[in-house]
Amino acid sequence: MTDSVRKTVRDNLKKRYRAERYFRWFGVISVGFGLLCLVALFGDIFSKGIGAFRQTAVELEVFFDPDVLGVSASAEEAKIRTANFDGLYKAVLRERFPEVTTRGDRRVLYRLLSTEAAFDLQALSMANPDLIGQTRKIWLLADDDVDMYFKYGRSGEQVGRLSEAQQAWAEQLIAQGAVKTRFNTGLFTNGDSRDPEIAGVKGAVLGSLFTLMVTFLISFPVGVAAAIYLEEFAPKNKLTDFIEVNINNLAAVPSIIFGLLGLAVFINYFGVPRSVPLVGGLVLSLMTLPTVIISSRASITAVPPSIREAALGIGASKVQVVLHHVLPLAMPGMLTGAIIGMARALGETAPLLMIGMVAFIIDPPSGVLDPATVLPVQIYLWADSAERAFTERTSAAIMVLLVFLIVMNGLAVWLRSRLETRW
Amino acid sequence: MAGINTMIDEGRTQDDVAPLTAVEMPRQESIDENYETVGSPLLHNPLVKTRNVNVFYAEKQAIFNVNLDIAKNEVIAMIGPSGCGKSTFLRCLNRMNDTIDTCRVQGDIVLEGQDIYDRSVDAVELRARVGIVFQKPNPFPKSVYENVAYGPRIHGLVNRKSDLDDIVEDSLKRAGLWEEVKDELEGSGTGLSGGQQQRLCIARTIAVSPDIILMDEPCSALDPIATAKIEELIAELRENYTIAIVTHNMQQAARVSSRTAYFHLGKLIEVGETEIVFTRPVHPLTEAYITGRFG
Ligand SMILES: Nc1ncnc2c1ncn2[C@@H]1O[C@H](COP(=O)(O)OP(=O)(O)OP(=O)(O)O)[C@@H](O)[C@H]1O
Ligand SMILES: [Mg+2]
Repeated sequence: MTDSVRKTVRDNLKKRYRAERYFRWFGVISVGFGLLCLVALFGDIFSKGIGAFRQTAVELEVFFDPDVLGVSASAEEAKIRTANFDGLYKAVLRERFPEVTTRGDRRVLYRLLSTEAAFDLQALSMANPDLIGQTRKIWLLADDDVDMYFKYGRSGEQVGRLSEAQQAWAEQLIAQGAVKTRFNTGLFTNGDSRDPEIAGVKGAVLGSLFTLMVTFLISFPVGVAAAIYLEEFAPKNKLTDFIEVNINNLAAVPSIIFGLLGLAVFINYFGVPRSVPLVGGLVLSLMTLPTVIISSRASITAVPPSIREAALGIGASKVQVVLHHVLPLAMPGMLTGAIIGMARALGETAPLLMIGMVAFIIDPPSGVLDPATVLPVQIYLWADSAERAFTERTSAAIMVLLVFLIVMNGLAVWLRSRLETRW
Repeated sequence: MAGINTMIDEGRTQDDVAPLTAVEMPRQESIDENYETVGSPLLHNPLVKTRNVNVFYAEKQAIFNVNLDIAKNEVIAMIGPSGCGKSTFLRCLNRMNDTIDTCRVQGDIVLEGQDIYDRSVDAVELRARVGIVFQKPNPFPKSVYENVAYGPRIHGLVNRKSDLDDIVEDSLKRAGLWEEVKDELEGSGTGLSGGQQQRLCIARTIAVSPDIILMDEPCSALDPIATAKIEELIAELRENYTIAIVTHNMQQAARVSSRTAYFHLGKLIEVGETEIVFTRPVHPLTEAYITGRFG
């Protein structure tokens, strides 16, 4: 190398390093921006939703008055079940605030507690009938407006519809230490409700689970079989090219169209009931199928041809090559693809609106043929509700959905590292 | 350094090559469709008989009118410049070409009186009789044991686990790999060294006791020591198997084979006893290739 050449190279080197530095900085900034957006989004959801995991309760002295209830401690179970617990919690409130006398005021007073209080009292009495006739201090579920007031309203934030009088009563209770927040188990054990304080995500979570189960059971085997056929057996001709183009197209079709298709075919033509996870799963598997086929084909092509030749060379038949060698090697990739497709299906709302999974359903489903809703639809429904307490729950439901997604994606990573064979 | 370079270069200077090609050109053109293979391509009582074999990849012809016999228990080497169709021809012998959609084979390839391209012949069964070892070692990403046991298992050669164990051990011994892997049969086949992997592939092939073993440049990915081991192995295997080996290494062809076939641009130019082909080639193209003037 002559000196002049060496100098040119050195000068160029400087330029090359500078370009590299810029490139690296650009990368760092891009990643940073992405992370920032993520943190902002999660931070917002988290700060809004975290409150929903705690729930306000009010402690009251409850006299299980046989006269109000209309039953005695020795009554049979069925009688106790139908006793007037509604009247009981109202009586308890009246006793606690004897100064409230007019009917109108009393009606407002009753709204300090959730109507769920009656069911709580019922459950207690049924578990222990001896309570009837006795007096106990019991924590009862507060109404959502009280909940909001206790959690946010006292610091001046305008959050609820609590009247002046109600606020005064609440303050009185708070001053006595008779108000606290406790972990909101109902959020996970209840179905949907018009009353935010007893609305839970159980129905939506189960609905999502059942729907995804149906989706997986249909789209995975069908998708894998289609991919294997197209990659390994189908002749390469115009027809298979045409099919390939259409599969790629299907993957990009807006999901609502699958919903319309499902409505027309599954519900109207085949008579599958509306609003059930079965039909939701069918529609979502139509939507996921192209993704599964495409990712499965990609992982089949990634299996080195030398493995196929090796097996063919010692006399394995085509099917044996596929089942013994190609599938095991392609399986991790196929599963990852399927799970990613499922994760997308999990967050899908539009097609499910078309097939009636947007209905207001209180009871959590116990099978694929029970009416249900799913998490994203639940989020949509709650986000649409006026009560401030539902805003909080919307964020909580989003957090549950995110956990669901993290679990699924984690599963994909775990499966991949578990099943992967190196060659 | 400079000294050695000049010494090597001395052999073939520009002037040396130029007149030679000038002389070759008309010769090459003269190998038309009706060329005849020189030497002794045909034998009495061959194991494999190929007649008028033409192979096409789509429109492109890769093999022209090849006639070649292979005797039982011989090692035949196939040599020739890159792209001349050695692999293509070799793969015809166990119908591996079936797996390539565009590939068409014409002519007769007869194994022990049976045309292997006949409709009644099953390619799967044929490949159990005519095994193949590839250029790049390609063990299955499974255990050493499973690699060898796979063939016997799919062909249903054994019923008992102990018989299978015996086959695995025997095959690994014949492939000269037993001593190295006997303690880790459950270890991954892909975790072995390149040379060991190739011997594992040979063991896998002989586990189904084929009549013929095809080898397509089995040593080209290996170092000299691993190569020497494989060559030793071929010398041992020739007692029980018929072997057709494609190689780019002329010394190797000379060492392991009893007959040699020289291919050129899809045509079988010359076939003969290895010694004769390497010392007194008849065809000028063969001579040019052997003496390293092209290829
Ligand atoms: N799958 C294929 N499709 C189309 N053409 C092919 C295919 N395989 C080989 N050919 C062509 O056939 C001719 C012979 O190829 P082949 O692989 O048999 O050569 P070869 O003698 O084995 O070469 P090498 O020594 O480099 O391995 C070449 O011209 C090649 O381009
Ligand atoms: Mg080749």
